[in-house]
Parts: sequence; C-alpha cells; structure tokens
Amino acid sequence: MSNIIDLSLSELVSNIKSKKISSNEATLAYVERSKKSKNLNAYNEETFDAALKKANEFDSKPDFNKKLPGVPIAVKDLFCTKNIKTTASSKILNNFIPTYESTVTQNLWNDGSILLGKLNCDEFAMGSSNETSYFGNVISPIDKDLVPGGSSGGSASALAAKLTPATIGTDTGGSIRQPASFTGTVGLKPTYGSCSRYGIVAFASSLDQAGPMTRNVKDSALLLEVMSSFDNKDSTSVDFKRPMYSKELSKDIKGKKIGIPKEYRVEGMSEEIEKLWEDGKKYLKDCGAEIIDVSLPHTKFALPTYYIVAPAEASSNLARYDGVKYGFRTEGNNLIDMYEKTRSEGFGDEVKRRIMIGTYVLSSGYYDAYYLKAQKVRRLIKNDFSNVFQKVDAILTPSTPSSAFKIGEKSNDPVSMYLNDIFTVPVNLAGLPGISIPAGLDKKGYPLGLQIIGKSFDEQNILNIAYSMEDKINFKFNLKEWWMND
Amino acid sequence: MTKDYLIERNGKKYEVVIGLEVHAQVLSESKLFSTSPTKFGSEPNTQVSLVDAAFPGMLPVINEFCIKQAIKTGIGLNAKINNKSIFDRKNYFYADLPQGYQISQYKDPIVGEGNVVVDLASGSKTIGIERLHLEQDAGKSIHDIDPKNTLVDLNRSGVALMEIVSKPDLRSPEEVNVYIKKLRSIMRYLGTCDGNMQEGSLRADVNVSVRKQGDDKYGTRCEIKNVNSIKFMQMAIEYEANRQVDILEEGGKIDQETRLFDTKKNETRSMRSKEDAHDYRYFPDPDLLPLEFNDEYVENIKKEIPELPDQKKSRFIEKFNLSPYEANILVSDLDISKYFEAVIENSDVKLSSNWITGELFALLNEKNLEITESPISAKNLSKLINLIKDGTISGKIAKTVFEMMAEGDKNPIEIVKEKGLKQQSDPNELEKLIEKVINDNQDKVKEYKSGKDKLFGFFVGQAMKVSEGKANPQLVNEILKKKLK
Repeated sequence: MSNIIDLSLSELVSNIKSKKISSNEATLAYVERSKKSKNLNAYNEETFDAALKKANEFDSKPDFNKKLPGVPIAVKDLFCTKNIKTTASSKILNNFIPTYESTVTQNLWNDGSILLGKLNCDEFAMGSSNETSYFGNVISPIDKDLVPGGSSGGSASALAAKLTPATIGTDTGGSIRQPASFTGTVGLKPTYGSCSRYGIVAFASSLDQAGPMTRNVKDSALLLEVMSSFDNKDSTSVDFKRPMYSKELSKDIKGKKIGIPKEYRVEGMSEEIEKLWEDGKKYLKDCGAEIIDVSLPHTKFALPTYYIVAPAEASSNLARYDGVKYGFRTEGNNLIDMYEKTRSEGFGDEVKRRIMIGTYVLSSGYYDAYYLKAQKVRRLIKNDFSNVFQKVDAILTPSTPSSAFKIGEKSNDPVSMYLNDIFTVPVNLAGLPGISIPAGLDKKGYPLGLQIIGKSFDEQNILNIAYSMEDKINFKFNLKEWWMND
Repeated sequence: MTKDYLIERNGKKYEVVIGLEVHAQVLSESKLFSTSPTKFGSEPNTQVSLVDAAFPGMLPVINEFCIKQAIKTGIGLNAKINNKSIFDRKNYFYADLPQGYQISQYKDPIVGEGNVVVDLASGSKTIGIERLHLEQDAGKSIHDIDPKNTLVDLNRSGVALMEIVSKPDLRSPEEVNVYIKKLRSIMRYLGTCDGNMQEGSLRADVNVSVRKQGDDKYGTRCEIKNVNSIKFMQMAIEYEANRQVDILEEGGKIDQETRLFDTKKNETRSMRSKEDAHDYRYFPDPDLLPLEFNDEYVENIKKEIPELPDQKKSRFIEKFNLSPYEANILVSDLDISKYFEAVIENSDVKLSSNWITGELFALLNEKNLEITESPISAKNLSKLINLIKDGTISGKIAKTVFEMMAEGDKNPIEIVKEKGLKQQSDPNELEKLIEKVINDNQDKVKEYKSGKDKLFGFFVGQAMKVSEGKANPQLVNEILKKKLK
C-alpha cells in the first residue's frame, strides 16, 4: 500500500471504510508531516492533540456511513471554530476564540471529519499572495521563494505539501481558484448561496463563498457535497436540491458546448498561457465537447468594479472590530482615541487600504460615481454571462494570467497584485460557480491552471467537465519536499 | 374656533412648522434580526445574542413578525405598503453600536405615504405621513456607574423600531400632543407598539422651523433629537420656536443643525451643525436580500386589523348617540374603550359614559392608575349604573356607593343591601316623613307661604337629611309641592 499522505481524499475515505486504515493512522500521518513542515508557515493554529483524541474516539466507535469517516482536515482560519482560536490572520482577532461553529465546518464534523488545525491566509482574506497575514507569509511547497497565492494560501500550501488530505477555503475574488492554480491543486468556488456564510469571518458579503480545495476533481465533488447546505441562519443561502456531486460525477461530456470568451485573451498574456488554453480546448474536443467563441464584453470593467464593491462592503463589515467587545484593544484617552489606536495597530496595511477605498467610494458625493456605478456595471457583467449561457453549457478560461510569483515581487505594487484576479473576479461578481484545475507547467516548472465557469447551481456540470479534462491533462508535479524538517 | 398658535414679536406674527420622526418600538417577543428576547428592564446584557453583539461571521435574519407589525401599522396609518423594500446599512462608530452600522431602511422603506386624522378643539385635521421604515435600535451607553469607564448594555441592541416620519403639517405644541397621542392610540389598538414613553418605547426627533404668517416657503429647520415625553416635546418646541424667532428678528439666519433638549434647563442646545453631520455611507445591506411580498400577503394581514379609533368613534356616535367629544374620550385609549363597551353591555349608555368619564376618571387620576388597574371592575360599575337607572338608589347615594366600591371592587348590590342605602320610594312612607319635616319647621312654612319660594330647597334638604339621603328626590319634590300648597 502506498503512503497514507499520498492518498487522495476519496482514496483515504474508502481505505478507512474498508478498515485498511484507521482514523488514528491517517490523523497521525498528517500530524507528523505537518509537524515537519513548519517552514511553510501554513498553520495559524494546530489542534493536533485534539485531532488524535477525536481519531481514537472515532476508531473506538466508527460510523462508516459518514462521508468523511474519521478524516482529518485542516481549514482556513476564516471559519469560526468553536473553542478554537479564529483570527482571520489579523492582529485584531489574534486572541479571539469563538463560542460557535461555522455552518460549513459543522457540516464537515457532522460527516465524520476531524479538525487538524487552522490554516494561514491573507488578513481578512484580503490579498493574492498570503503576504498580508499578521502571522507572516506562507511559502509554497512548489518552490522556496514562491507565494502560494491568496487569500487561501495556507490552505493551498498545506494541500499541495500533503499536510491535509483536502481543505476548505473562501473565495471573494479568486481566493480559492488562484492559489489552487499556483499550487497545482483543484479549487472550486461554488455558486453564491450554495455554502452558508454563517460563521465565516466576512470580507465582502455579496461575493464571499466557501469552497473545497482538493488534490483532484473527484475529491472536490465529495467535499462540496458535504459543505453545501441550505442554512436559514444565512439569508442569502439558497434552498435548491443539491445533487450528490460525487456519485453523479461523470466523464460523459459529449456534445457539451464550451464557450471561449475572447475578452480573456488579455494584452501581454504569455504564450504559455495561450498554449495552455489551446491545449484545454483540444482536450475538450477530444472528449466530444464543442468549442464556441463567445463574448463577455464587459470583462474589462470587472476588476475596477470588484475593487469598488468588495472594499465598500469590507469597510462596513470590518467596522465591528473596534476594540469594544472582543479581540485586540489599545487603551485610549477616550472612545475615539481607543478606536483609532486599536484599529491603527490591529489592522495591517492592505486591510487599511481597502477600508479607506471602501469608505471613500461610499461617501456622500462619491457614492453615485463609484458604488452605484459599480453596481450597475456588476449587473452588466452578470447579463454578459446570462447571454453567453444561452448558447453554451460552460466557459473555459485560464485561471490566472501567470504562474506563481516570488515572495515580495508584487507586495509594493497593489495594482499589479490585483491584476492577478482578472480572470476570477468576474465569476464572483456574477455569483457563478468556477473551478480551477491544474493544466500544465510554465517554463520554470510552476503549475498553471484552467478555469471552468458554469451556470448558477450547475456545479455538477463543471465538475464533470473538469473530471473529463483531468483525465486527458494527466497533470504531474514532482514535489521535492525541500521544506521538510526532521 | 380656537386661536392659531402664533409667536408675536414687534407686531409680526410667526407660524411654527413642526415635523416629527417618531421612533416606536415594535411590540415583538424577539428582535428584528435575531431571536433574542426584548423584555424591558432585564439585567444588563442578558438579552443579547451573538448577532446582536456583532460577533465575527454572524448574520442578520429578518424576524417576519416585525415585518407584519410594520405592515399593520402602515395599514393603520392609511398608508401605501411597499411590496419591495430594502434594508440599508447606516455606518457610524459608537460603543453601543456593535456592528459599526445600524441596519435601517433608507431609500426604499416598507411603508410609504399615509395620514392620521387628529381631533382638535377647532375640528379635525389631517396630518400627512411621509413614510414608515424599520430599523434596529442601538444598545445603551452608561456613563454614571464607573467613574473611569463607560459601560455598555446591549439588551436593546437590535430591537425593532418603526420610524414614523410625519410631513411638516403640525403647527403647535398642542397639535404635537394630539398627534402623538393619536399615533400611540392607533398602534395600541393594532398591538404593534405599547406606546410606553417611560420605557422608551416611543420617542421622537422633532423638526422645528418658523416663518412669517402667510409665507408659503418653509424656514430653515432644526432637529431636536430623541425627546422622550410629550411634555418635553412641547417645551422643546416652544423654546426652539422662540429662539428662532429671536434670531430672525435680530436679522440673523437660522443654521440647519441638530440640537438636543436639556430637560433641566428647559432649553435646546446645538449638538452638531450641518457641516459636522455624519456621513452615514448608506448602502444596501449585502447580508439581506430585498424584502418582498405580494398583495395577498398584505390582504391577509388586513384581515387581522381590528376596529381602529376612528371607526370606533363613528360607531359610538351613530349607534350610541354619543357626542363626538364623549366618543373621542372613550376611544382614545383601547383599554378605555374596552372598559366602556364592557359596562354598556348591560347598562345605559349615557349614564355609563358619564360615570366613566366623570367619577371613574377622577378616581383613576387621583390614584394615578391606568384603566386596566381600575379598582372598580366594569362588571360592578355596570351594576351600580343599573341601580341608579332602576331607581334603587339616587345619583347622590350612588357616589357614596362608588367610593365604597373603590376600596376593593365590592359588589354595589351588596353594599346597598348591607348599608341599607336603598332609596325610599314608598309614597306613604315619604308622606309621613315629609309631614314630620313640616311640623318641625312651622316658622319656615309661614315664611314660604308668605312668598319666600327659595325655602322649598330647604324642605327638600331636610327631607333628604331625615331619610339619610335615601328618599327618592323626585317623589319628595312632588309630595312637598302638594303639602305646601
């Protein structure tokens, strides 16, 4: 039998179900590997002892009807976990221990999974490289100086380095798909309303969505199946019939129409990405799908729209971190002084930048020109997709305009950092599902991803397309384990 | 016709223009966006959920009951109910505002234009309603317990409020008084707000401006924030209107500003000018979808609407032949009207109305009680009225019985029996009694017969005295007249 940590989530589940591997063995394998991987700085909080205890409890009274029986999983530190520190990688929450559990993580535990720990991310999920975390940047297992992407950088790094069999992230503008693309893993952002936002530290409420990050497409389907649920504690949760994604997973995509949006062929896009995209089309054709050129004319407005809407909502969502009720506080001479000191010291630069942008675009005199205009453009972007989806079943695009960049390379240039999200943000603005799958390597040998965008609540379809392509792509990355300590 | 409320200075007359933003707490077991209870007077921070305290990742979920209460109130205000409305965030920092924003309704409120008809001495007047919207209340900052710190109580945080905005249709402190009372009465009939001003269930921001009589342009207004009694509203308006007139008379200009009313000094003071006004950065709350319902939903709520004060008043006038004045008093408060209707179920309407608005109100007033706490039940008052009506006791004796009833809701029939207060209506008995009075006062009889008519009253009084007040006064009159001829 191969090493436990080399098994995919689905394989691990079947091995546990067939009693070939115990929960304790699986958990121990991941705990030990995680302990040797501190160089990656993937964890904010380790709950290894508790995990081992829970694994033993599971083994003593196993329930193999669960979908994730005794499976250890580390999660992004944006999900509130009961009695376990939840920080959103911010100083302002660095002592915060929730008394409650997010719906998505509760769904995992209800289906037998066990918490391994909380994974690093960009502060309040604001970033594309996991360099804004109060707990330091995360390193990609792909290469020493490389960012894992962001904001779910700790999740991507831990997943790619096999510190967890699968993980969950959140995606507001690409925070699952971009790091998945950078680390050669599969990242799915579900349709807005599929996974409950209850108990997830909010960044931008109308865009935030939790989703699975896995080693392959089958795992993604399985994990989504567990995560997604209707939740009356989240008014934006949608009550639709959720398919058994993993059971209904199929490689039959014959006759599916796949759109190729011309606007995604952006200026200065590298030949590698061009080729990746071409190869993707070829694979789809090989699977019997039909390729159709389409147009999403408002694509170029997506990034500016996103960088108005997301900071606007964030500026308001983050107002609750004021030092009064919980979290970090610096005493002041009066209330205003306390606010100013607490928030100046508690938030990092990127978060402050976005709070300021958000406050500005909502201010009287600027509201119409920025926020209101952005809402109108958002509607146009949605309409673009609706129009295209009358002709095609899914859309294929690159996940990112380039492979992972070096640590520090873009940290002083926010705009170039924001440009990383150019292919992912339109999907959030339209509330659609999108999946990034590893599709090749660039000339430096770094992973590149392709994104498949689907209709609302049509996750099954994009999973099937991804599943078919995965087979043809046959992505391989030789992980060198350079970061490991003994 | 009463005189208009005008402020006179140097021979010029100024009209006062007032608009009210009334904050009425929705009568509801739980809060607007959480399931925490709303009980008043609970220990600090015991009625607080994670949502109310704005913990990370907590989300608001609309309490449908509060929506129905707002719709009901809208119907009671003859207002347009909007099938689609939007909850917005009003952003500002304060220690007792845990989210850093208040969820309110800004551009698209749940209820649009309506009106309230008020009764004034000069007749009735229609006050326009601009809108009604739902919003969360904030918590409470307590500055006087700890010498160094402000303490925060979040029990009120997230409680549902209806902000009812009137048009600038009010013209005097008295109109404000009548308007607030009418509004409160409507909401109490509907069961949508208890109207308890002491507990802060009803408070108002008062907008005041003045203009020369006859001008059709409004003057610059000042807003007096958060006044929590009608008396203070009236005092604030009077002070503020006079202050504005003084400024204008001195050739000055009114600055649009927010002011607060100092109840101890009886004056309004500037809180912040228009320039310093908060920029609340309103935007639609992305945690909540637009609130939508169809006409059928509203129709179903309409079916639950009880008879409202105006309808009840018309009914009382038509069916019971009451004067508009009497009807007004009896319908002004739902509990009074209930009491009245309980009494008249078995008793004479006119007598009931007189006794309730006369003796009973005086008693309640003296003891500082609400009608619901009345020491005399409707059932017993009804019995008392029947005793008067059928001649068992006189009105005068009834007052004595009434006083005895007040000490513990005793049955008047038993009181009359026990104390032997039954009216003497036997003509033979009365004749004997009157003969005795005449015999005992022969000198007075002489005087009377020589033309001193006024002495008739003396004989009646003596007869009543001798009978210990029990003699039927009508019969006494008749017999006396006969005997003294």
